[in-house]
Amino acid sequence: MTNLEKYTKVFEETFSVSAKEAQSLKYQDIEAWDSVGHMGLVSALEDAFDIMLDTDDIIDFNSFEKGKEILAKADYGVEF
Amino acid sequence: MTYEEMINIPPYSLDADEKEKLLTDRLTKLTKLHQKNCPEYARMLGAVNFNIEKIKSYKELPFLPVRLFKELELKSVVSEDVVKTMTSSGTTGQAVSRIYLDRTTSSNQQKTMVKIVSDFTGSSRMPMIIIDCPGVIKNRAMFSARGAGILGFSVFGAKKIYALDDDMKLDVDGLKEFLKKYGDQRILLFGFTFMIWQHFYKELLRLKEKGITFDLSNGILIHGGGWKKLVSQAVSREEFHERLKDVCGLEHIHDYYGMVEQTGCIYMECQYGHLHASIFSDVITRRPGDFTEACMGEPGIIQVVSAIPESYPGHSLLTEDEGAVLGVDDCPCGRKGKYFKINGRLRNAEIRGCSDTYADKFEA
Repeated sequence: MTNLEKYTKVFEETFSVSAKEAQSLKYQDIEAWDSVGHMGLVSALEDAFDIMLDTDDIIDFNSFEKGKEILAKADYGVEF
Repeated sequence: MTYEEMINIPPYSLDADEKEKLLTDRLTKLTKLHQKNCPEYARMLGAVNFNIEKIKSYKELPFLPVRLFKELELKSVVSEDVVKTMTSSGTTGQAVSRIYLDRTTSSNQQKTMVKIVSDFTGSSRMPMIIIDCPGVIKNRAMFSARGAGILGFSVFGAKKIYALDDDMKLDVDGLKEFLKKYGDQRILLFGFTFMIWQHFYKELLRLKEKGITFDLSNGILIHGGGWKKLVSQAVSREEFHERLKDVCGLEHIHDYYGMVEQTGCIYMECQYGHLHASIFSDVITRRPGDFTEACMGEPGIIQVVSAIPESYPGHSLLTEDEGAVLGVDDCPCGRKGKYFKINGRLRNAEIRGCSDTYADKFEA
């Protein structure tokens, strides 16, 4: 499984959405991605990629796309 | 200055003059915004012939009593833009405040809170023990103040456990296992004052007598929600600190003052026991007779201002708490801004606060 597939799968499982829906998703677009769901997403991503996000990155993480940018940073080194 | 720019200023870095300029500019803008977008608010300003052109300082801006959010649906955005409604903690039968948040306000609350708390804990995340039950955050559409507090602080937690089950019983095995894994790291503990005392401290004490001990000397505890019940049980701040240290070695303890009507702008207690106002908010103490500003050290009713609220007119509020300003810009901890203490609730005020409303169910 590529990193992108893994990343997308976390969204699918956390928010019960399809891969296609996940790709355009933004924070608070759907009920499941509220502040509680956000912390669930963070811990699921952390487990999947064995990383730990900084508080600032958790706060900035406000869309599927933005999340990819954050994970690709040197601190986490996830290549997409 | 926009809030985006403001949030990049370190929270305790401005002296009184700089902060007054910043807050006056921002709060005057917010007053205009709410006057334009919230008809009820505009009518209230009209009723007192308020003229914004005459305002020289944010201290002259009108304040609404916090109670008003229980009686009126006050918002400055259309209903479609409301992403979250937060409610105050209230005892059974009490009316609760309803605070309407749009995306911007909700996100600024979380960002601000992270800036403030990081100044005390550092920005790295820690294993976290939440001294409450998981049931608190179940209802996601209607957020209680208790759930919002837990969730807000959760950003600082890496691995988390709830120390209590839904019957408010200590999860002894869970806690043991957690400390076995993470006990050598710095651990964040968060909870509400009375719950910590009633369901955590007392249980740890009972277990200690049976020879079961927990070492939390690596812990940093942040707690809030009011002291009323503990004061009535004659537990002072000093005793709270001493007893927790005795029972589990916990030494780093910070109280905070805050309310759901101004979520995000919390007032953290430093190691000298002073509550601190950041650059994002301020407290003004007012004399009960004529609402003039009280002097340093003189007890007064607490008015709070916050630079955050854009979706509801809650940027300047008169609380039902009494307190006193202790100093400005010169706390030995090095943080600039006002520092103060809370004496308690005004007489005849309702019981509120996450800790106190919960505690109201217990006999003294």
